[in-house]
Amino acid sequence: MAQRTTEIIVGLFVLAGMGAMMFLALQVSGLSLAAAGSTYTVYADFTDTGGLGPRGRVSMAGVQVGSIESIELDRDTFKARVTLSIDSDVNNIPADSAAMIRTSGLLGEQYIDISIGGDLESLQPGDNFYTTQSAMNIERLISNFASGR
Amino acid sequence: MMDAIARLGKNTLDFLASFGRASQFLLGVLVGVPKPSVGLPLLLKQIYSVGVLSLVIVVVSGLFIGMVLGLQGYTILSDFGSESAIGQMIALTLVRELGPVVTALLFAGRAGSALTAEIGLMKATEQLSSMEMMGVDPLRRVIAPRLWAGFLSMPILAVVFSMVGILGGMLVGVEWLGVFEGSFWGNMQASVDFRDDVLNGVIKSVVFGFVCAWIAVYQGYDCVPTSAGISSATTKTVVYSSLAVLGLDFILTAVMFGNF
Amino acid sequence: MAEAAYIFLENVVFSRSGRRVFDGLSLQIPRGKITAIMGPSGTGKTTLLRLIGGQLKPESGSVLVDGHDIPKLRRGALFQLRKKMGMLFQSGALFTDVSVYENVAFPLRVHTKLPEDMIRDIVLMKLEAVGLRGARDLMPAELSGGMTRRVALARSIVLDPELIMYDEPFAGQDPIAMGVVVKLIRQLNIAMGLTSVLVSHDVPESLNICHYACILSDGKVIGAGTPEQLREHSSDKVQQFLQGKPDGPVPFHYPAPERAVDFGLGAKQ
Repeated sequence: MAQRTTEIIVGLFVLAGMGAMMFLALQVSGLSLAAAGSTYTVYADFTDTGGLGPRGRVSMAGVQVGSIESIELDRDTFKARVTLSIDSDVNNIPADSAAMIRTSGLLGEQYIDISIGGDLESLQPGDNFYTTQSAMNIERLISNFASGR
Repeated sequence: MMDAIARLGKNTLDFLASFGRASQFLLGVLVGVPKPSVGLPLLLKQIYSVGVLSLVIVVVSGLFIGMVLGLQGYTILSDFGSESAIGQMIALTLVRELGPVVTALLFAGRAGSALTAEIGLMKATEQLSSMEMMGVDPLRRVIAPRLWAGFLSMPILAVVFSMVGILGGMLVGVEWLGVFEGSFWGNMQASVDFRDDVLNGVIKSVVFGFVCAWIAVYQGYDCVPTSAGISSATTKTVVYSSLAVLGLDFILTAVMFGNF
Repeated sequence: MAEAAYIFLENVVFSRSGRRVFDGLSLQIPRGKITAIMGPSGTGKTTLLRLIGGQLKPESGSVLVDGHDIPKLRRGALFQLRKKMGMLFQSGALFTDVSVYENVAFPLRVHTKLPEDMIRDIVLMKLEAVGLRGARDLMPAELSGGMTRRVALARSIVLDPELIMYDEPFAGQDPIAMGVVVKLIRQLNIAMGLTSVLVSHDVPESLNICHYACILSDGKVIGAGTPEQLREHSSDKVQQFLQGKPDGPVPFHYPAPERAVDFGLGAKQ
């Protein structure tokens, strides 16, 4: 009898742990069960990535559609080559769309926003973004403004 | 001068000797895994007394720490007008640091000291010795289930702590101070990564669980079987566990989150 | 006597924390008899039992139990051999978290695969033997000192051992409880043919029930034989111990500097 009670209570304890783990996974880190694996990769070259980092957000019209895989320096062009992984449901991004680095709020984190083009063809896995817009650098902006150029 | 050097040498040797004994002891415990039919009920009983009974203190502390984080975070972040980042702040501090560390400290105080005292008393009343004379290895019968129970309970307690803390932070931030609930969760989800933050936090708590349980059972097993010996062993358990947890936390954080 | 001996100790040397407890101790304990080992407190009587049980290893010399060389046995074989040994600890050493019944059933559950009703019968038989069948549902904390020791006795004989060791069975018992223990030790010896080793410093009780006795002092055996032989023993030390004289070869005073120096009498002159 006591043995059985112990078993049940310990079972509940483990369940509580699993529940808390699920909470941390789904509600806190926003892991969605379906998304795993089904992404495709495209590339974008920027002259300045600013404070962009891996795991950053990639969004269209404010909705997250993917994330940043990695950022590397291209040794031939001296540009930053950013690898993006996009959810495979969003497979109809027009081929002439532009990738731009934006900041959420004034001091928030930076993310990549895809502004939609008008091409009938869509980006295929492994394609490059044709047009990109680099991070807005406030410091440079101000110095440009001050020197009147 | 020579005395000081000699004392240092002696202390170092003593430390190494006791660390060696503790490792040998650990090996003895881990090598002999009892049959499931015998071991499982013993393990369940220990998970109950080590884990389940620590749940209350963990939940209450988690709630209050989360609420304090909510309050403090709000006052600081509202200076920058970014109080919606409060969710992210609470979640990251809890999941990465406070969850595993505070749970381990509470565990050392609540369960670790109890384990040491229990084993020490069993030693003092010759229960371990009589078990040995009955041809039963107390390392397997008494120590191993307690070690495993601590090891298994800690991650569970830590994730429960983090969850309750986040909910407590939400209670203060969203319900009381009026942060928009959507941005509370949204910011949190955007910045907390499951693998890098949540799983690393769990790995930390697994390591802490192992170290705390090891220290607790070893101090109990190795104590001088008198009342003074047991009380000093209990103190040692809490002090050593806390120091080990904080030191290891630094190392683990550097390895996991540091950019080298 | 030699061929019937169950336990042989030969030239055993053992020290603990720098102090030499046994210095070339040799001793034989006959099979099927009650042997009392007596000596002043602190002569390592309990240590002797632990050497026999293999919980401690001597620095040199051999300990043979039923032909097995204890210090050289592997762990598994030693644990196997211990099933044939029972030991009654001074404090009883009952497991405080389970009932009397479970305490007595413990060795059976660990070492045998007997069905539950058989375990129940054996446990109740052993409890009956020590007169505590009615106390089976009590917890160890609810027992008196004498009852604790009787339950512990039931537990140590539950596997029907060949050897049973009693560590100070009379210490701290009231006269009735002491009488009960004396009766039980004697009965067990007669009924089960147990080899019994009894460690004690209670001279009259021990000499009363033992067949052989030996007296330890300063890490050596200073006298051995039947109770009658011991009473006639020529050694002063043996006589001092048996008759409980406060002063003799074992001095009343712990070694100290000269009185005059300690009390400062020398300086006044």
